[in-house]
Amino acid sequence: MRVAVIDAGGANLGSVCNALQRLGAVPVPTADARLIEGCERVILPGVGHAAAAMARLHASGLVALLRALRQPLLGICLGMQLLFEHSEEGDVDCLGLLPGQVRRLQPAPGIRIPHMGWNRLRLRDAGSLLEGVGEGEPCYFVHGFAAPVTSDCVAWCSHGQAFAAVVQRGHTAGVQFHPERSGATGARILANFLSGALACG
Amino acid sequence: MLSRRIIACLDVRQGRVVKGVRFRAHRDMGDILDVARRHRDAGADELVFYDIGASPEGRSVDRTWIERIAGFLDIPFCVAGGIRSVADARRVLHAGADKVSVNTPALEAPDLIDALANEFGTQCVVVGIDSRRAADGDWRVFSHTGDAARIREQPQRTLDWLVEAQRRGAGEIVLNCMDADGVRQGFDIEQLAAARALCDVPLVASGGAGSIAHFSEVFRLADVDAALAASVFHSGAVAISALKQALAAEGMEVRGAC
Repeated sequence: MRVAVIDAGGANLGSVCNALQRLGAVPVPTADARLIEGCERVILPGVGHAAAAMARLHASGLVALLRALRQPLLGICLGMQLLFEHSEEGDVDCLGLLPGQVRRLQPAPGIRIPHMGWNRLRLRDAGSLLEGVGEGEPCYFVHGFAAPVTSDCVAWCSHGQAFAAVVQRGHTAGVQFHPERSGATGARILANFLSGALACG
Repeated sequence: MLSRRIIACLDVRQGRVVKGVRFRAHRDMGDILDVARRHRDAGADELVFYDIGASPEGRSVDRTWIERIAGFLDIPFCVAGGIRSVADARRVLHAGADKVSVNTPALEAPDLIDALANEFGTQCVVVGIDSRRAADGDWRVFSHTGDAARIREQPQRTLDWLVEAQRRGAGEIVLNCMDADGVRQGFDIEQLAAARALCDVPLVASGGAGSIAHFSEVFRLADVDAALAASVFHSGAVAISALKQALAAEGMEVRGAC
């Protein structure tokens, strides 16, 4: 299966491609609209800054394409945040595929920002993308901003506050953690995405 | 709840894992891929690869071994050593590393931290600090610690540099306490607790691990987010699975201790 891995200047492109290869898929790292349209799955990875990433997507002419995709789309980390309407990081309008505002995580005593490390998934809806994933399984998070727990949130996580860890709405999904770096749990979620957990749009 | 992390550190020289004692006399510990796989399978939460020859020799980190590691590793890893520019960092991150750690080059040009944070986000930027107590009793920063012949004491006080590094955009600090390093007598709790009081981003303790009790101590007394060790994990003196079970039994949140 060919999986477009959108190159929006993010830095985790290589590790996402490696994880897909470990699962037998063929990653296609690209910012080319025609190549993306020819793939059966699309992943929007992302490490970096929301406003910078949106600027790159606009410059590459990919914003309209992503909004109109019909094949399953998975946003990873910053890529998940970009699925929402707006991010506080750089005060930028995002793709608007999911309702909600991405906000900065707030530090508190014992709560260090960025949220960096292994934390537990709390399941709200164990279907599709989370098939075979157990309550409390640990995933690897690295982020300073987060999306709210809305009706699209199928698993949440807590770091001083609750935030969305896995979101899913139709053929659009996102994970705040790094599945490519979350051991067997992350591999399972990526495999679910590849195997058709999300309906085509 | 966020887990306390156990990080295995692999000092790399020419594609081999090596380990020195008090930053001297490096000993061969095996092929980089074999050692990395072993630590992953043992339950390490994260791996750090220090290309210890890169900074002292004035060259950039070699990315071929990073690509080898990235191809199979499914836990996060950080690369340190020889990253002197945004371009160097981009090469390392694109080769598959999750984070870059800068030490000597950041001391020589502190703006590097700002530039890396602006380009990749603070969460990618780790600042490593090698520190020991100087003659005047203050903790001081040392540079070029990968090569015994070139180690230099810097004018900065360790705690001042730690605060500056955070202000410039460090997303994590690794504080390597050189007096404790390699001698397995425990982490430098006093120095790490002083650092913790000033460190708002994740803090990683490094140097001195010799037993399970040392890890428990540094989490309880210095409240660090992660503890890093090398030789005790390579040699098997501390088994990561037993370490995690012991920490969990004390009520600490750790990953994969059942």
